[in-house]
Amino acid sequence: MNNFQYSRASDVADAIRLLAADPGAKLIAGGTNLIDLMKENVERPSRLIDISRLPLRDIEETADGGLRIGALVPNSDLAYHPLIEQRYPLLASAILAGASAQLRNMASVGGNLMQRTRCAYFYDTTTPCNKRSPGTGCSARDGLNRNHAILGTSTSCIATNPSDMSVALAALGALVHIAGRTGERTVALTDFHRLPDDKPHLDTNLGSGEIITAIELPPQGFARNYSYLKIRDRLSYAFALVSVAAAIELEGNAISEARLALGGVAHKPWRSPEAEAALRGQAATPDHFGRAADLLLQGATARSHNGFKIELARRAVVRALIQATNATPQSQAHKKIA
Amino acid sequence: MNAYVGTPTSRVDGRAKVTGAAKYAGEFTAEGLVHGFVVEATIPRGRIVRLDTGEALKVAGVLDVLTHTNRPSLADKDEAWKDEVAPEGSPFRPLYDDLIRFNGQPIALVVAEEWETAKFAATLVRIDYEQDGFATDLEAERGSAREMDKPHEPRGDAKAALAAAPLRHEADYLIPTEHHNPMELYATTTVWESDGKLTVYDKTQGVQNVQKFLCGVFDKKPEEIRVLSPYVGGAFGSGLRPQYQVVLATLAALALKRSVRVVLTRQQMYGLGYRPMTIEHVALGARPDGTLDAVSHEAIAVTSRYEDFSRNDTGWAEQLYKSPNSHFSHKLVDLDVSTPCDMRAPGAATGVLALECAMDELAVALKLDPIELRLKCYSDRDQSEDLPYTSKQLRECYARGAEAFGWARRAPAPRSMRDGKELIGWGMATGVWEALQMPVAVRIVLTANGHAEVSCAASDIGTGTYTIVAQVAADALGLPIENISVRLADSTLPQAPVEGGSWMAASSAHAVLGAAEDIRQELARLAKAMPGSPLANLDAADVTLVDGMIASDGKDGAAVSIADVMRHSKLERIEKEKLNQFTEDKSHARNTHSAVFAEVKVDEELGVIRVTRVVSAVAAGRILNTKTGRSQIMGSVVWGIGMALHEETMMDHRFGRIMNANIAEYHIPVNADIHDIDVIFVDEPDSRINRMGIKGLGEIGIVGVPAAIANAVYHATGKRIRRFPITLDKLLD
Repeated sequence: MNNFQYSRASDVADAIRLLAADPGAKLIAGGTNLIDLMKENVERPSRLIDISRLPLRDIEETADGGLRIGALVPNSDLAYHPLIEQRYPLLASAILAGASAQLRNMASVGGNLMQRTRCAYFYDTTTPCNKRSPGTGCSARDGLNRNHAILGTSTSCIATNPSDMSVALAALGALVHIAGRTGERTVALTDFHRLPDDKPHLDTNLGSGEIITAIELPPQGFARNYSYLKIRDRLSYAFALVSVAAAIELEGNAISEARLALGGVAHKPWRSPEAEAALRGQAATPDHFGRAADLLLQGATARSHNGFKIELARRAVVRALIQATNATPQSQAHKKIA
Repeated sequence: MNAYVGTPTSRVDGRAKVTGAAKYAGEFTAEGLVHGFVVEATIPRGRIVRLDTGEALKVAGVLDVLTHTNRPSLADKDEAWKDEVAPEGSPFRPLYDDLIRFNGQPIALVVAEEWETAKFAATLVRIDYEQDGFATDLEAERGSAREMDKPHEPRGDAKAALAAAPLRHEADYLIPTEHHNPMELYATTTVWESDGKLTVYDKTQGVQNVQKFLCGVFDKKPEEIRVLSPYVGGAFGSGLRPQYQVVLATLAALALKRSVRVVLTRQQMYGLGYRPMTIEHVALGARPDGTLDAVSHEAIAVTSRYEDFSRNDTGWAEQLYKSPNSHFSHKLVDLDVSTPCDMRAPGAATGVLALECAMDELAVALKLDPIELRLKCYSDRDQSEDLPYTSKQLRECYARGAEAFGWARRAPAPRSMRDGKELIGWGMATGVWEALQMPVAVRIVLTANGHAEVSCAASDIGTGTYTIVAQVAADALGLPIENISVRLADSTLPQAPVEGGSWMAASSAHAVLGAAEDIRQELARLAKAMPGSPLANLDAADVTLVDGMIASDGKDGAAVSIADVMRHSKLERIEKEKLNQFTEDKSHARNTHSAVFAEVKVDEELGVIRVTRVVSAVAAGRILNTKTGRSQIMGSVVWGIGMALHEETMMDHRFGRIMNANIAEYHIPVNADIHDIDVIFVDEPDSRINRMGIKGLGEIGIVGVPAAIANAVYHATGKRIRRFPITLDKLLD
């Protein structure tokens, strides 16, 4: 770990000022990922700006019937909040599929959006990695890449985004509220994270000097027909090989609205308008689910060890949609895949 | 008198452990303690051409940076570096010279007032290497494997018998490198005493081994170094040999004349020993009736370039299955890695995994029930030496395990049992391990207040040695267990070998018996001599210590209290120390056995595997403590599940570097992966092996578990995975 300065922001504007004053500064809230990365010398901030005491911990209803979630709400508070449990159980489920209880207690919502890839080469400062050290090359492309991306990759990077929460937020059409020197702006969650292209060192479109202040959920919560299905190498406390956030509205057996997002397969939560459109108006049958899965996975490519993810993702999408249709979502507490 | 032995006695150190009163090596402190942080090599092979510590030394609070160029003197002969369990070769010497032998090798120690300072300064040490060509991939280097001494003599002509066998099964099974990952980090606190002597708190499985090693390495007299390891948070074999942090902490203490603590990080612990990746080639030749004509087992395993580490992977069929012809071979491939080391049931965990998968495959080919095949081949003799067993209740293990599991309801065909979306598989396997015993000495000090202190240099690595020593002593001395205090793991205490190989239960228990017997004799003598003693006319052999009394074995009820005897004799304490040596008996083989039954449920579409039930029926002589014993087996089963499904150290051979050196990415089972585990101890009276009939439980519990799971996965899915671990991708079409 490097030596660093520590500042405590007194309010959001102060945090923005402090960020502007020190280009090497990083915001810290729960620190569950940043501290790890600092211990590994992957992140070497010159200054930590502690925002954990800022008043961004409210969960409040918006005028249009959605919810606004403060960026510092702990992941576990969010997952167990009655309004989330009742109206956005997909989000609650995704959060509970991630990390451990202890980590969820510490981790903030904004921090979850900012967590970095678990690519082993990114973590190991002795190996080339374009994300960590731009221009050094990607060790994963021809290395150990069983956990790596199959969609949206570039020659520079095949890392995945490890968040579960973000996958559900992507499916739910969440918005990210951002404050910066020039004021506030809002971006769709699906536009918040970026694909690696030739700049894999940039995980998100958050500008330097900007801070996430809140996540906004639109009114439609898919509280009846949803499932978050996470497939991993052990039944808990592992990152997703593949995860699926599935949410549908049913009229009889016909799908009137559908959302599908994949985790563990790309540099960002992966959605496909075509796949979702293909489900709308169709009967909720495994055949239609399979077709949607194929559309969602269109263009998927594998490296030496991660080819299985394409078929696994396809099957997981179908299973998650069946679970959603039957209103029997995957439980994150049961020791089995339903 | 067995008030405690054989009962589910709770751990006597349990309270200390859960309240934090139990101190571990990295928790001891001393006046002026400073901290060392290890700098590791980042290449697998080559030479340090420049090592610049200037920037690190400028950091406020940094006291020194020790390297091969400025360190105090270290022994230059291999003999000094060889600990009591060192394999053949030239042991690794940290900070000895400029050569890099493996990635992660310690090459400098930054010593600072604070641990964080040392850790930061360590990042400022600049190293330039001259890198040499290297190899770390066993499969790629398989062709360079060289034969070790044969673990067992061949019998008959296995090659010809295999060629002629009506039925043959032959396959490679690949078990990856695995790391122990004990919960406690490797740590040493070396205390610089005012007289210049060293007190070394070390995480180790053998304090006297470390003490002798340090005396050799640093050219010290025995009285100058004392090593303690009162509590060990798991080691599983990784602490059998002295690890490099004990050398570095002691080196720094000598250099600075201060107390120094060195704690390795989790990542650095992947630079210590490990279970070596092994390719197991098993060939079985059988007749249609299921009897074996030939067994051939060849293992090809990793070792370092500087030591030949190998264990008995291949000989286990000699104990288990009758075959007129057999052939075994063990080969090593030298790679640019650190030396492997023992890891729970070394050799057997891997070798029996392959053998028992092969037997399952043979049973399928023969259309025989897997248990039936094993009974057809059952061997009542250890064929390698043609010896009977002191005891072998393996048949009973099969029967009791099968009964508890419900094996009779198994539909033999793969993919024939199902529960909704999940395919159900039932598999079984045999386990076998050695029942070893070693010389151990124990000292008992009985005080007039009816309290006894039992002490011995043996370590308790979490296995329950404190507890069984207290149990055996309480019974032998006729005292309540609360009156027994046990001191272990101090090199100044009576002699003990490293705690390993499952030998410590039998070895320490008999040492306690020996010393307690001397106490009894002494008390009997004193009791007889008391004026008007009711025991005056009895022979010492006819009295027993019970309930704080010296009591006649006869029906006369004659007895005097220990307290009275000692008061009359004006004795505050009786102290007896005795070394127990087991009589050498080469007329019988000594082994523990088990039958393991596993149920898996495999999601047919997604490949997700759950081990929903395991029944382990164990025959291991007398069980000293059914509670800690059961825990031992349960823990082993959990590890076996990990070995089957999760554990794999992944190396990028382009860098010769382990890429999942942390417990987030190196997977072991979590609670969600564990379901029902049923442990059955099969009665196995054994009056021949030793007086108490003890065999030891440390290893046997893991052997056979991964094979039972792999065989269950086959039964569920029809897919035979021979490359471990069985991750779900291997089950997707």
